[in-house]
Amino acid sequence: MELLRQTGYLLRKEILLEWRSKYAFNGVLLYIVSTVFVCYISFNLTPGFTQSNGYPVVWNVLFWIIILFASVNAIAKSFLQESRSRLLYYYTIASPQAIILSKTVYNAMLMTLLSLLALVVYALFFNNTVGDALYYFLSVLVGSITFSTTFTMVSAIAAKAGNGGTLMAVLSFPVIIPVILLLIKVSKSAMDGVERSLSYGNFGILAAINVMVVAVALLLFPYLWRD
Amino acid sequence: MMKFIYQSWWKIGAVVLIIYTIIAGFLIPVPALPILHETIRNVYFHVPMWMAMFVVFGISVVYSIKYLSTGKEEYDLVAIESVNTGVFFYVLGLLSGMLWARFTWGEFWSNDPKQNSAAIAFLLYCAYLVLRNSIDEEQKRARISAIYNIFAFPVMVVLLFILPRMTDSLHPGNGGNPAFGKYDMDNMMRAVFYPACIGWIFIAIWIATLRYRIRLIENKNLTSI
Repeated sequence: MELLRQTGYLLRKEILLEWRSKYAFNGVLLYIVSTVFVCYISFNLTPGFTQSNGYPVVWNVLFWIIILFASVNAIAKSFLQESRSRLLYYYTIASPQAIILSKTVYNAMLMTLLSLLALVVYALFFNNTVGDALYYFLSVLVGSITFSTTFTMVSAIAAKAGNGGTLMAVLSFPVIIPVILLLIKVSKSAMDGVERSLSYGNFGILAAINVMVVAVALLLFPYLWRD
Repeated sequence: MMKFIYQSWWKIGAVVLIIYTIIAGFLIPVPALPILHETIRNVYFHVPMWMAMFVVFGISVVYSIKYLSTGKEEYDLVAIESVNTGVFFYVLGLLSGMLWARFTWGEFWSNDPKQNSAAIAFLLYCAYLVLRNSIDEEQKRARISAIYNIFAFPVMVVLLFILPRMTDSLHPGNGGNPAFGKYDMDNMMRAVFYPACIGWIFIAIWIATLRYRIRLIENKNLTSI
């Protein structure tokens, strides 16, 4: 109970800080919009591409790659931007589990919002070819949550190691590749309107990955923050 | 435990087993099967590499956990040297698998899910080594890399042993293909295969302990200066 109360307070603090500056949100949103626009212009250089067979495949894969890089950028900030003394202050007033949990939940909320907006922007510029909209939406939701749980833990490790950006990418990409492969598979079958029950297994695996990562993060984070 | 690494009976046993499996592996007749033909002998060398890798990575996770709970520097040395040895066996496993794939699937690298996940898991452990090199302070390095090591191990298991099983990999034992053990291996082959696994596992442990002992001596020299 104490843990949940602390998590709640820290979460409120995160949201309040973000609400005041709107830096992460606006920055990543602008990042997504400009990436989508660059892709849109680049693909239009090839006439007839939108009618070709490979178009839905590119549509889907490109979307996930944009989300992947957006979430690395958004979540890398969660520990890197905190100053040493402020982190020290948190550790004196809250349990480490509450800190990692609040960061994870906050990142999951941020990423869900951002990836839904990204989906809207994306569908605006590129011809929408999604067959089963509800399941595509669901896979985007699950995907953004999985990205946040994994990247939050990795960003905590990268921030401790000291040299931020590069290490974040090096450490997180091997961990995230199986997730993104599953996501591309699930969302592609949603796109093609494949029978829904066929995706249950993959959603189950994604949920299991989330549970595993959060459990490992809760167990290991208390060892990480000590100096 | 620490006495075990200085004893020699298991090292002699491992060498005897390896010599036996190399000789018997190339001489004892194997079942004649289409496509596979003599390449089935690769199972004596390819599979034990992965088993050895898995065991030393497992040891390194155990010692990472021990390091986190006690903070003894030796445990961190065991963890890193086990990973170094494991990466070596990883490369051997990958190469022997690629050689086998060349003669049965037609290409060294044919975009098979098993090969791809093996490459990703390899990146995972390369990332571990990069992470270690990026931190200078010893205790901090030991702690952070122990955490990443514990984090990486389950991901490696999922990548190598769970994901390829669910996709359409050509690798035996994956994607609905039967493993060799089920139909293709006769008892003669088993008599070579199991000793090979045990032998290579102990060779890997031996290499890891040697590396660990060298590191201990280096550390002692450093502190005495």
